[in-house]
Amino acid sequence: MAGPGEGRGEGRMSEWEPRIVTILCNWCTYGAADLAGVNRLQYPTNFKVIRVPCSGRVSPKMILAAFRSGADGVWVSGCHPGDCHYISGNFYARRRFTMMRALFRHIGLDDDRLHFSWISAAEGPKFAATAREVIAAVRRAGPAREWGKTRAQVV
Amino acid sequence: MTDYTDRLRAAARRLLGEGRVDCFIGYRRGSLPLAAQPAILTRAEQADSLIWDPSCGMNLAHYAVGRADRIGIVATGCVSRSLVALALENQVARERLYIVGVPCTGMLDAGALRRRFPGREAAAAAYEGPRVTIAFADGNEELAVAENLARPCRTCAHPNPVVADEMLGEPVASPAVPAVPEEAAAAEARSAAERWAYFCEAFAHCIRCYACRNACPLCYCPTCFVDESRPQWVGKSSDPTDTRTFHFLRALHLAGRCTDCGACERACPLDIPVRHLTSRLNAEAKAIYGFEAGLDLEERPLLDRYRPEDLNDFFK
Ligand code: SF4
Ligand code: SF4
Repeated sequence: MAGPGEGRGEGRMSEWEPRIVTILCNWCTYGAADLAGVNRLQYPTNFKVIRVPCSGRVSPKMILAAFRSGADGVWVSGCHPGDCHYISGNFYARRRFTMMRALFRHIGLDDDRLHFSWISAAEGPKFAATAREVIAAVRRAGPAREWGKTRAQVV
Repeated sequence: MTDYTDRLRAAARRLLGEGRVDCFIGYRRGSLPLAAQPAILTRAEQADSLIWDPSCGMNLAHYAVGRADRIGIVATGCVSRSLVALALENQVARERLYIVGVPCTGMLDAGALRRRFPGREAAAAAYEGPRVTIAFADGNEELAVAENLARPCRTCAHPNPVVADEMLGEPVASPAVPAVPEEAAAAEARSAAERWAYFCEAFAHCIRCYACRNACPLCYCPTCFVDESRPQWVGKSSDPTDTRTFHFLRALHLAGRCTDCGACERACPLDIPVRHLTSRLNAEAKAIYGFEAGLDLEERPLLDRYRPEDLNDFFK
């Protein structure tokens, strides 16, 4: 395992592949991921998909939990503003994500590690394209170590 | 500032005596001459124990939460804002509050004074207008209060109560605040790696006593996320990652709610700059949404509403 203090991706093991936790809303982006699969669109496979009922369900705790568990990047995606299955869930989520992203930047988290998007269930190609974009960014950032525990993990 | 003491005692005596309130929350002299103690009075005769001076820095709004009786309370700008924020979240009922407002010229930074005179314990303090004389075993020190203010007081934008049922004095002017406060400007200028290093260093000595959380008037959840076990969001250890997780999430839980009263920093036994995170969120809330917490009893909290045209630029 690479030690702390190394720069953006340099010195990592050559076989390193980014691990990206992807939190998708059931009604839109999860559908888009499905559609991308059905249409046999090619996109990398570094994602661990977590399906939630709505982007409004996504709490900052979950994003930190992903980083703490070894994710190199996190990508959250839901319905376009105005298209929420629950009318306004993503509008509330947007404010929450805005504050959360501001705080992550303030403490120095690399911008390349945290991504947000709105992708509807009909946008399979946008899903595949965004997936490639996210993975390229996380690759640039390299392995994340900021939130790994330095002492023993006691569960 | 001290002349408010008489007016404050008179107000408390009258309110309790007339049965207008069931209790009155104010300050009294405790064992620390530079940090007054909260006092909850229930009888008019106790009114003379109240004090008002630059040691009255702790946020009293905390003591109004969870009470079912009619409460009289003395409030500066920040205490009144905390009360407004708590009323919006149904933690206090405005109609059961009688707010005695005091225009505030700032409170002492007791922690900084402790560091300034290491090894010497203040035995007493005499507050005389803009000056304070601190008595130590080996002699007195006279200081200007204005030069020893707590950090949030130095740049306070709302020194006057935003809501009050009666005022003890005329409103005061806010201290001249630079457009971008020094600390914020310095933080802005750092690179991401430097910001991370600063964050780690600033919170490195935290012992996770949770005094900052407990002192915050807006932290009232019966079960804090740090105590949740299924799932356990943050470990119990003092591993730096757990400490950072605690501070990161604590700050986020105060997004759009923190009134920058400084109670957290004041309570910290290790002088951790706890507001490093919350002040940033306050600045962002103001810059992005034009929002400041606790100013308006009619305005829902920042994260409890939205506009379709809200900032959307970082979404792919
Ligand atoms: S986080 Fe600190 S400054 Fe903000 S309201 Fe709570 S105690 Fe006051
Ligand atoms: S009061 Fe200070 S030491 Fe205690 S948990 Fe808060 S920051 Fe850490």
